[in-house]
Amino acid sequence: MSMFPDRVRCYEAAMAGTIICIGVMSAAFAQSIPLPYTGIGRTATPAEIKAWDIDVRPDFKGLPPGAGSVANGQQIWETKCESCHGTFGESNEVFTPITGGTTPEDRVTGHVEALMRSDFPQRTTLMKLTQLSTLWDYINRAMPWNAPKSLTVDEVYAVTAYILNLGDILPADFVLSDKNIREVQAMLPNRNGMLKFEPLWNIKGSGDVHNTLCMTDCKIDAKTISSLPDFARNAHGNLAEQNRLIGPVQGINTAEVFGDATPAKKAATKVVSTAPDASDLAKKYACVACHATRSKLIGPSYKDISAKYNGDVGASAKLAAKIRIGGAGTWGTTPMPAHAAISDEDLHALAQWSLSGGQ
Amino acid sequence: MTEHNRKLLDSVTEKSGRIQRAPENFLNAVQLVEVAAGRRDFLRAAFMSAAGATAALGNRAALAESQGDPNILTLPEHSKGLGQPVATRGYGSPSVWEKNLQRRESPGLTRVGAAGVSFCPLQGLFGIITPNGLHFERHHQGWWDIDPTKHRFMINGLVKNPKVYTMNDLMRLPSVSRMHFIECGANTGMEWGNVAVPTVQYTHGMLSCCEFTGVPLSVLLEDCGFDKVKGKYLLAEGADGSGMTRTISMERALDDCFVAYAMNGEMLRPENGYPLRLVVPGIQGVSWVKWLRRIEVGDMPYATKDETLHYVDLMPDGMQRQYTSIQECKSVITTPSGGQALLGRGFYNITGLAWSGRGRIKRVDVSIDGGRNWRIARLETPILSKCFTRFNIGWNWQGGPAVLQSRAVDETGYVQPQLNQLRQVRGSRSIYHNNAIQSWQVNGSGEVSNVHVS
Repeated sequence: MSMFPDRVRCYEAAMAGTIICIGVMSAAFAQSIPLPYTGIGRTATPAEIKAWDIDVRPDFKGLPPGAGSVANGQQIWETKCESCHGTFGESNEVFTPITGGTTPEDRVTGHVEALMRSDFPQRTTLMKLTQLSTLWDYINRAMPWNAPKSLTVDEVYAVTAYILNLGDILPADFVLSDKNIREVQAMLPNRNGMLKFEPLWNIKGSGDVHNTLCMTDCKIDAKTISSLPDFARNAHGNLAEQNRLIGPVQGINTAEVFGDATPAKKAATKVVSTAPDASDLAKKYACVACHATRSKLIGPSYKDISAKYNGDVGASAKLAAKIRIGGAGTWGTTPMPAHAAISDEDLHALAQWSLSGGQ
Repeated sequence: MTEHNRKLLDSVTEKSGRIQRAPENFLNAVQLVEVAAGRRDFLRAAFMSAAGATAALGNRAALAESQGDPNILTLPEHSKGLGQPVATRGYGSPSVWEKNLQRRESPGLTRVGAAGVSFCPLQGLFGIITPNGLHFERHHQGWWDIDPTKHRFMINGLVKNPKVYTMNDLMRLPSVSRMHFIECGANTGMEWGNVAVPTVQYTHGMLSCCEFTGVPLSVLLEDCGFDKVKGKYLLAEGADGSGMTRTISMERALDDCFVAYAMNGEMLRPENGYPLRLVVPGIQGVSWVKWLRRIEVGDMPYATKDETLHYVDLMPDGMQRQYTSIQECKSVITTPSGGQALLGRGFYNITGLAWSGRGRIKRVDVSIDGGRNWRIARLETPILSKCFTRFNIGWNWQGGPAVLQSRAVDETGYVQPQLNQLRQVRGSRSIYHNNAIQSWQVNGSGEVSNVHVS
């Protein structure tokens, strides 16, 4: 390894005003970085590898033994999954739907027909899924959303089985296990719907779409075929506020025109405002996934919360407790999940903010 | 009003009836505060009226009448007072005048911020290095600021000696520092079907470029005695809730991948994987696993969630392309670009970025007539492999409509395609890997907007 050239290092001894030079030989350097790198790192213990090596491969290597029923999966689903994914895994409120778009015929062909149709509105998990290992592995490592890696092995089997039951792939009395998972793999509606695409995997590939280097009078229609509609002009906020104050161009003011009385005040606070905002906390803790200011999403709107607790002096503490330990479905069929990781300070701010109607 | 703004107001001497030349110089005190807050409508209105008056009187006459620019004639506070001492800010931050350039979300793109994207403001950046605070973000289950003394990195699988490294261990090993772009596979993904977003921040902002420092994977794999016969693939795994996992080819790993702890001279930012992330040059950002805790050597691809359910490219025949990883050659003009307005007729420097996952940029061509005629742009140095290359070319805007495009060529000879060429092969539902030539339309009033042209 010839990483270090011969060189001479000179250090100026600042106080004395003298210069000290140290000759450095490349051979000496080579000797100082022998392979292996002694004293660096250590052998992992079997327990450490077991704790972290949780991946399950397409050939099911890494899948721990266990079993879970559709019925048990339904129970877990209703307490831990439904609030985001909907009762039948069909919800697109928070994430893309898990179920839908597959047919009994797809299970025969192994390639979901709806994927071939350009008019099909959604691509659900079960439409795309080619490897059952993918589903098992992901639930095991990352679900539920706000408490990943909290399910037991048998619970992961159960939830996997229930999702497949929701997709009409497994019957309601099925028990999924490491023993029969390969047979279930052979029933997936899109098991044949994927190919490894070498031209974009291999760096030496040349791609699949090619252009030429025409320089003059190139053949084009020069017609605008798509542009942003006027109503979307300000959909990303005022573009004037997203460009530098100086330079060769200015951001276009896409916001409504303000009168000249109030904006000075507005602008002044905007320049220096650095205080954390409860609405940022609501984003941080993903409250806004289920709650909006005015309209009901999965949970009630902040306006409705504010109205319900209007005049209730104990409301703030009540609400804080609810956010911390989870709701009981006061507002509908879907209970709010627990939020154990919120700090007390943030919790208080969120409760207050909710009571103010998200203002 | 805050103390800062009061000072700001006090420092500006209002001179009514005066006419100045540069647009930032003819604002009254209130307008200046507006502008500081990014309220450019005031600036634009002021510019228009001043430009009109200037045109009527002529620059020289106007200046003679006014005796000059009050920003020159009246010394500002900062020329007459005492400035702030050293270390007022132990970790410096950008000027208060630069607040408009922020990472921003695209409304409606994702419902949950913890599984969202924030876009890099490419429209305001210079050169090829992305400031750490403006680097784009993509998290799959939220970001964490991990205690580096407790972070561990493990290599296991097809190795003679599965090992655990602390950050101390990793930072003792031989390191490399390399400049590379990182681009999300879904960058420009919103634009497959039609124009969906207004500015380059949203069309191309899942893109950044930094100098990363860390330990080559080849060093670490050798240290663990990896299986050189069977070990064809790696699984990289994050320590976050999503336990982000991606398959890396052993060929890539041994070529130029490294585990990085630093970016642009300082440790990684938490949003970018502090204290350890994988750098996979030329490959889509999702493979650059953040908060990296483990690498497993294996003999087959892993078909993880983000290479089976997402980051797969749906083709018109309903087949999904899996393991589409390379970010092919691409470029975009960053100024002038969508959502910006030219200040008036005359000279402009068209500037932009080009990059390729397969190596160096060889050439960038620029068209101002929607692709009918092209000129070769000037490339700034350094021109590095799998790194941004900055290009520039002069343009005299005569006030007429124009469509600006850039077309990059990499060292393999691959030419950045047109959108319709991509669509002919891949349809418009594949989400990922849209590296089409971008068109910015300039209208007669100098406003620039995002368009697709045929």
